[in-house]
Amino acid sequence: MIDDALFVLFGLIAIVSGVLAVASRHLVHAALWLVVTLGAVAGAFLLLGAELLAWVQVLVYVGAVVVLIVFALMLTRRPTGETSAEVTANQRPAAVIAVVASLGLAAAFVFAFAGERIDIQRPGTAENIGAAIFTHWVLAFEVLSVVLLVALIAAIVISRGTEPDRGAGGSR
Amino acid sequence: MPLLFPLLVSAALFGIGLYGVLARRNAVLALIGVELMLNAVNLQLVAYDAWLGETKHTGQVLTLYVIALAAAEIGLGLAIVLALFRARGTVDVDDVEKVP
Repeated sequence: MIDDALFVLFGLIAIVSGVLAVASRHLVHAALWLVVTLGAVAGAFLLLGAELLAWVQVLVYVGAVVVLIVFALMLTRRPTGETSAEVTANQRPAAVIAVVASLGLAAAFVFAFAGERIDIQRPGTAENIGAAIFTHWVLAFEVLSVVLLVALIAAIVISRGTEPDRGAGGSR
Repeated sequence: MPLLFPLLVSAALFGIGLYGVLARRNAVLALIGVELMLNAVNLQLVAYDAWLGETKHTGQVLTLYVIALAAAEIGLGLAIVLALFRARGTVDVDDVEKVP
């Protein structure tokens, strides 16, 4: 019972701060509302029995991804004021599409899963998840490491640029 | 708890992220929308995992992989945005419609 109440609380926090993250006019405020959303989702993971995932979410998303986003916001700031937080001209169609997608998904879930209950029998502790990864899902794990390496190299190549004077020993 | 709780939160988060991607003018803030959509999917995967009582923890392991892929995606996406900023001096998605 207390689980249900806490989950509803975390869900409401996630939804409200998510709306603020996509609607806030101030760039850095949007990134900070994203922190609240991701933290609330981490709390929801915890209530669903996914302990390891909750901490991974806090470490990777709240720790690394948001820092990257804030850095990017700082580096791409226009010299002339805070005008780039505005929305594009297609704000209204975007809002309609988003609401229709949400309601459609919600209707499908209610139609398919009404009355089902979650009874957590196997919590996702580090032990259980580690055993699952390194016995059943080890190939995907290896493929993922290669994907991460490719993304790392690609990010370096893209951000080095193509200026010839920066070719050897460039610092970017 | 009812399975619908996480699923409905996930549907709402997905819609919010979709709006962010479609409506934001700043490319970095559009990437925030992508992150919200990925989180909606993660919430669903964890919910189904808990509901089915998976012995192999398929949903949670897949969520772990999605988080790692999302980290790779955001790193690469922000590298592209920074390259765009250096080339054009703007990260406005409306201003970079026409690629020469």
